[in-house]
Amino acid sequence: MTNHWVDIKNADVVFVMGGNPAEAHPCGFKWVIEAKKNRKAKLVVVDPRFNRTASVADYYAPIRPGTDIAFLGGVINYLLANDKLHHDYVKAYTNASFLIDEGFKFEDGIFSGYDEAKRAYGKDTWKYQFDKDGFAKVDETLQDPNCVFQLLKKHYSRYTPETVSKVCGTPKDAFLKVCEYIASTAAPDRTMTNLYALGWTEHTVGSQNIRCMAIIQLLLGNMGMAGGGINALRGHANVQGITDFALYAQTLPGYLSAPTDADPDRATYLGKRTPKALRPGQMNFPQNFPKWFTSLCKTWYGDNATKDNDFAYDYLPKLSGASDVLSIFNSMYEGKMTGFFCQGFNPLASVANKKKVGDALAKLKYMVVIDPLATDTSEFWKPYGEFNAVDPAQIPTEVFRLPANLFAEHAGTFTNSGRVVQWRWKAVDGPGDSKDDTEIIAALFLKLKEMYAKDGGAFPEPIQKLTWAYAQPAKPSPEELLREINGKALADVLDPKDPTKVLVKAGDQLPSFAMLRDDGSTTCGNWIYCGVWSQAGNNSARRDPSDPSGLGQTLNWGFAWPVNRRILYNRASADLAGKPWDPKRPVLRWTGTAWGGNDVPDMRPDAKPEENVMPFIMNPEGVGRLFSRELMAEGPFPEHYEPFETPLDKNPMHPNNPKATSNPAARVYKGDMEAFGKAKDFPYVATTYRLTEHFHYWTKQSTINAIMQPEQFVEIGEELAQEKGIKAGDRVKVRSNRGFIRGVAVVTKRIKALDVDGRKVHTVGIPTHFGFKGATKPGFITNTLTPFVGDANTQTPEYKAFLVNIEKA
Amino acid sequence: MALQSLDIKQRSATTTPAPQARQTIEVAKLIDVSACIGCKACQVACMEWNDVRDEVGHNVGVYDNPADLTENSWTVMRFSEVEQNNKLEWLIRKDGCMHCADPGCLKACPAPGAIIQYANGIVDFHQENCIGCGYCVSGCPFNVPRISKKDSKAYKCTLCSDRVAVNQAPACVKACPTGAIQFGSKEDMKDYAAKRVTDLKERGFDKAGLYDPAGVGGTHVMYVLHHADQPNLYSGLPVNPSISPLVALWKGATKPLATLALAGVALGSLFHYVMKGPNEVSKEIEAEVEKEDAQ
Amino acid sequence: MQMNRRQFFKICSAGLGGSSIAVMGFSPTAALAEVRTFKLARATETRNICPYCSVSCGVLIYSTGDKSKNSQGEIIHIEGDPDNPVNRGTLCPKGAGLRDMVQSANRLKWPEVREAGSNEWKRISWNEAIERIAKHMKADRDKNFVAQNKDGVTVNRWPTTGFLASSAASNEAGYLTVKTLRALGITALDTQARI
Repeated sequence: MTNHWVDIKNADVVFVMGGNPAEAHPCGFKWVIEAKKNRKAKLVVVDPRFNRTASVADYYAPIRPGTDIAFLGGVINYLLANDKLHHDYVKAYTNASFLIDEGFKFEDGIFSGYDEAKRAYGKDTWKYQFDKDGFAKVDETLQDPNCVFQLLKKHYSRYTPETVSKVCGTPKDAFLKVCEYIASTAAPDRTMTNLYALGWTEHTVGSQNIRCMAIIQLLLGNMGMAGGGINALRGHANVQGITDFALYAQTLPGYLSAPTDADPDRATYLGKRTPKALRPGQMNFPQNFPKWFTSLCKTWYGDNATKDNDFAYDYLPKLSGASDVLSIFNSMYEGKMTGFFCQGFNPLASVANKKKVGDALAKLKYMVVIDPLATDTSEFWKPYGEFNAVDPAQIPTEVFRLPANLFAEHAGTFTNSGRVVQWRWKAVDGPGDSKDDTEIIAALFLKLKEMYAKDGGAFPEPIQKLTWAYAQPAKPSPEELLREINGKALADVLDPKDPTKVLVKAGDQLPSFAMLRDDGSTTCGNWIYCGVWSQAGNNSARRDPSDPSGLGQTLNWGFAWPVNRRILYNRASADLAGKPWDPKRPVLRWTGTAWGGNDVPDMRPDAKPEENVMPFIMNPEGVGRLFSRELMAEGPFPEHYEPFETPLDKNPMHPNNPKATSNPAARVYKGDMEAFGKAKDFPYVATTYRLTEHFHYWTKQSTINAIMQPEQFVEIGEELAQEKGIKAGDRVKVRSNRGFIRGVAVVTKRIKALDVDGRKVHTVGIPTHFGFKGATKPGFITNTLTPFVGDANTQTPEYKAFLVNIEKA
Repeated sequence: MALQSLDIKQRSATTTPAPQARQTIEVAKLIDVSACIGCKACQVACMEWNDVRDEVGHNVGVYDNPADLTENSWTVMRFSEVEQNNKLEWLIRKDGCMHCADPGCLKACPAPGAIIQYANGIVDFHQENCIGCGYCVSGCPFNVPRISKKDSKAYKCTLCSDRVAVNQAPACVKACPTGAIQFGSKEDMKDYAAKRVTDLKERGFDKAGLYDPAGVGGTHVMYVLHHADQPNLYSGLPVNPSISPLVALWKGATKPLATLALAGVALGSLFHYVMKGPNEVSKEIEAEVEKEDAQ
Repeated sequence: MQMNRRQFFKICSAGLGGSSIAVMGFSPTAALAEVRTFKLARATETRNICPYCSVSCGVLIYSTGDKSKNSQGEIIHIEGDPDNPVNRGTLCPKGAGLRDMVQSANRLKWPEVREAGSNEWKRISWNEAIERIAKHMKADRDKNFVAQNKDGVTVNRWPTTGFLASSAASNEAGYLTVKTLRALGITALDTQARI
């Protein structure tokens, strides 16, 4: 979230699309109801199903799954065509005026630079025009045909209300009504918050769905404002924290892009990741990259990370290519993996195409499950009738199952969706011989370290030299770890403006990442968390809920990264002169000498307004991007592409260009393309989702939640039910090209057939949550049905739009 | 203790009057259906707090689970899809005991002290005293009490009388994520409801209003409805609930007199039973009991 | 006197008779009126955070005992923390039912192994589990570690053992996990963030 949960109460319009917060985040959703009760806010929901969020909405519009870009592109067109823009904001705080390379083209669904064989783009033309000093050229009149504003207008002029309705199946009047609500927040003193979740990300165009909203919120001037922002409602309790700590291959903690084969040494690595400002006078905060990275190396390798050995650069593994969950399972499927660890993760249930995942696991030599619960994955080798039809004798994988503790059984921090880090205290011991995750990891690591010390082996140095200064090496405490994450001064940190002044004494915990150095004199395990455990103590454990501004900022509750800032880009909540756009909801203002107000400024505190330091300090441009340069895989502007399994067999925006049917830059593995179903065999669009009674695949293990929603069901509209002779309560079988599941039919008025490009499209809704292990009725795993293909940027699988058939079981 | 629950207003089948001197606050739970998302947090909180667990049932083609109130499910969400003027509404109502000011269950109950009404308005079942006759079921205009098959005793929402007694809100109220359930003095709840009704009218729900039915003397569980003119849209919420005239007459006005007058009859019955075995039970009551047993 | 409702009817032959009998002292038990004892009295209260979604609702965990040496705490109730600015004491149906998750019948209590081709679990000690897993890891790492790629660039990676990390683990556990895995050279690393 760029903003945070409580801030939703400050919105005038709450726009929910690609999420269902009433069901998936009910306690966060309370702030939507508060906005409605206290600000007379309007809640607008766009979703394939009339869901629980829609049940309390002021306006609901249906949409065909997988057509969000068409809808949002239509919104962009509406705002531009009807001049519903926050003009001053757009002109000053976005790249609307930037001039784009003249070679940049878009023809019949494909941007310039496409290589069909590689399914990838060369992005040479997706860039700004530069002047002789290396700064981007701009046209402040926004009239140049190659300026972003004009290109944006041109690109989205095709997304007329008629086209939107044709592609999305949304009735034209409903679409226009939604546009009106959204456009009402172009006024400087009105804001819209956008709440989305996996309903946007779980598409092969997931990242571009969100880019659309970024463009809309910039055009409306809603970024940085109280009650504004783009708010990703994240799934798991600590998925934000675990992402921040980079439990995935592509980055190191704090979103430092990880080294690859193309980065043979530290200098090359840093050179590529330390950008130069693209406009004069901008903060270009990523220029500090070497400080963040060096402090991380010092944290991990201590005295063994020196200038002479490039701060142990070679101890870090280099990536050779894709390393996401789909690619991992694909190489496992191809027999290229030996071992596999599942820590609090149930991939047999939660990864696409269950059959492929199960077959992949069966090719491993060993698998280790670290979990508090007996998961489906841990028993992938065990037959459960047609739910899991396997023969154990044919599965040679050695499977270990290690009991881990749950939240109540250890202390530590979680980071919520609003980036607030909060401390938890331990209540009771775990059952039996269960252990904390930290203890289990420590045990494995120390055992390996001992074995390498005794027997030698491949490159033991990083194992032997990894810092491990915990009071009890086998039990690193959460307090020790959080202090290590925060970092400390190894030598006195001096004021660069006055080297006689010591800012932080050697040995002290650092107060913020402003103190980090690239000479090896500071440590920090994750730069964005710096300040969480300063010399003042554990800031994540602060429990003062006071809220003097009434905006819900609660600056003394826990610690929000970065530097306890609650609203990102908050400099943009004020005009160029530093006056809040909305004086009733001031986040930040220029006091005459400094930035101050109701948040930690997202700006150099003494940057005078006349210096024109722009608010988007993490962008080398200093401004928000309407045109995303070369940063996205499939284009600098979002374009509608059909899901890989489309009910239309073509892209109605580009009916004559098969290359542009589905995302041209999405990765598809051998065998998976063939496993896609066609509309003639699988005529209905399926979408999967959560129910409020359950959390992912966990609460099926909890009796009380099993009582609330005991069994797999499948939702269909009344019209489809009638066509198929299905009544509520009947058992039905749902098939995709990858397998089938059975469930109970819920026949509803809440899913309607849509008129799409001249044909009728039915949607079949399939909740996840169920499986063969747990307190719920034993059943199938929904991801038996889903396709093994992901978003071109993040590889998030396309769970939200695929094809099925349905019949009475 | 403002919300003190041990000040008793009336007890079932008890002729001695309850102490009346102390004046305590009347409480109420307000369910704002327009803010309810049907998440069932109230159902879970109720089960968890009260240490009851229902069966893991089946999906029967709707979102309602458990499908009905039971001795272990003292509150359930009832979902209904309503289409009016081309507009779909998903009306979700939390069902459970309404804690009537004039409780039909208590009036009908023949077991002394099995049903208590506290001065704060809570109507509570005391299973120790319950004889499982099911009269409370017949007496309830909202079809709420359920008889346990395990112990043949009647159960229903207590409005968390144990929590209220120590000045805590009921478990469902505290849990409710959207604040659709509020708890406080009945007067405050009516004021709060009035504000919600104003807001709903501004949003185009011209018939929004408070459900606090006079037929049962008002209730200590009230609803804010978008369509207060059509309570039956909300899974059959009674339009004008009242205690069955039979129960009202028999158990209300005439009971104290009848009790004395019929003491001899009853004594006779008991002797008759002990000496000669059971008499035929009134057909009507028999049929009713059969019907409920079958549920 | 124990009676079910039917027996009671048979005795009374009419409902009204019941109350009359009670008046005369035949009531099944005396007419007392008291509420259930407040079950949290003197329970230990611990502040924690709900482990489900990313709202991170504050929870109060109530457990038996007072953490004295011989008293094994058992969770009896979990409800919302009213001080937490986000949930202000509220909980959703998942959070309100947390007790049943902690006490799920499917909690794992000890390390187990399913041997190759076997159709059952076997309980093993932590020592055996760690020893056997570490041996597998070392054998694979020593065999498949890539020190340099085909262009001679130092890459120091171990691509053949994968790790899917928990999104429900604490930051501290996550940090220790990533620190350790990077030191081992693991590159097949992902988390639940995507799905």
